Amino acid sequence: MSGRILDGETVVRLVVNGEERRAIAEPRLLLSDFLRHELGLTGTHVGCEQGVCGACTVRVDGRPVRSCLLFAVQADGCRVETVEGLAPGEELHPLQRAFQRHHALQCGYCTSGFLLASLDLLEREPDPDEATIRAHLAGNVCRCTGYQTIVAAVVAAAAELRGEARA
Amino acid sequence: MKPASFRYAAVETVDEAVALLAEHGDEAKVLAGGQSLVPLMNLRLAEPGLLVDVNRVAGLDGIAANGVVELGATARQADVERSPAVAAAAPLVVRGLQRVAYPTVRARGTIGGSIAHADPAAELPAVLLALGGEVVARGPGGERTIAADDLFRGYFTTALAPDELLVRVRVPAAAPGLRVGLDEVARKQGDFALAGAAVAVEVDEAGTCRSARVAVFGVADRPIRLAAAEQALVGRPLADAAARDEAAAAALALDTRGDGHASAEYRREAAAAMVRRALAQATDGGAR
Repeated sequence: MSGRILDGETVVRLVVNGEERRAIAEPRLLLSDFLRHELGLTGTHVGCEQGVCGACTVRVDGRPVRSCLLFAVQADGCRVETVEGLAPGEELHPLQRAFQRHHALQCGYCTSGFLLASLDLLEREPDPDEATIRAHLAGNVCRCTGYQTIVAAVVAAAAELRGEARA
Repeated sequence: MKPASFRYAAVETVDEAVALLAEHGDEAKVLAGGQSLVPLMNLRLAEPGLLVDVNRVAGLDGIAANGVVELGATARQADVERSPAVAAAAPLVVRGLQRVAYPTVRARGTIGGSIAHADPAAELPAVLLALGGEVVARGPGGERTIAADDLFRGYFTTALAPDELLVRVRVPAAAPGLRVGLDEVARKQGDFALAGAAVAVEVDEAGTCRSARVAVFGVADRPIRLAAAEQALVGRPLADAAARDEAAAAALALDTRGDGHASAEYRREAAAAMVRRALAQATDGGAR
């Protein structure tokens, strides 16, 4: 794509949850809309579309990003992880199970963003204290839970992922 | 909302970026981390005709600390925040970064982007000002260096020309006598500051202030230095609370404006409190 100006549609190729995917995008198409509308991956939710709410958080090349603040063409050739890739099979990921067990969601709109942001934290810091969890999730907004149960779920999932008690 | 249509170029070299900026002038905008520009585009407050994406320019994201701390324009804020070399040589940079938005924004946001965007309430421009740093810009005629004192010109406005790309940010590595501090008031963690202060004070072995740079943010059209605060400190012991209080009081004379978020009076009082707290941090030395 380098060396020329893209004016109009192009093919974007990326690896989503380990699977090669491709679809058409014009430059202004946000990665969030590309995932949902072009690839049918509607687990990534769109809240504010201005980078404030965190609902659309995914990981691109291992980094958490707000997919509403990245154009799909920018993710060309990248590795993308969405909530659909969290559970390896029929069984939920420990984070998902902990969210369920601790009632860390009600309407569920923000949940996929919280899960991806939490996953990023726990991969870097396997045993975070509550303040660290709250600081890391400060960019994700939940209007149902009041956050207490979300923090409790992340604490429980961290313990399970460290090989301690099952969340 | 969705952004308006634009043309897009993912460049691989700085020269390519500069050539495009020179050719397309005001119509073109540089896209780095996108954490400020893309929200503005989604809200249609910005409708650039051409985005010059510099994320794939190799070597533009360097992080180095050898006597001077040199940060590439596209160095991710999260990477700089976690760099032990930067923590040792420029702790005020790390302290400022910890207050920039949220960890997931800092994972993508860049050092150069935050400074070039020049939001008057942003932390990094104030940190650059407090540390007496500079930026290196590349244009069609080559590179030039712009001191922080000359960089910020007004709301979201810098001395960078439309055909210049900010390529590096430099701050001096902290000397043993440098004491720093930063604090801010925001409605919630990660919000832009209603008022904030970043300070860098050089003390001698007796603890006397040899020089001081006191920058406040969120209270004017750009981050600004408080000359009266700096004068109140120089020649007096940093441990002298009366000197620090006098410095903080300089913020009460700020010609600031109220808006929907805070009144002018609140901003002045808050700025004074933040200067006082930042200087207290500097005095404790733990923050260095």
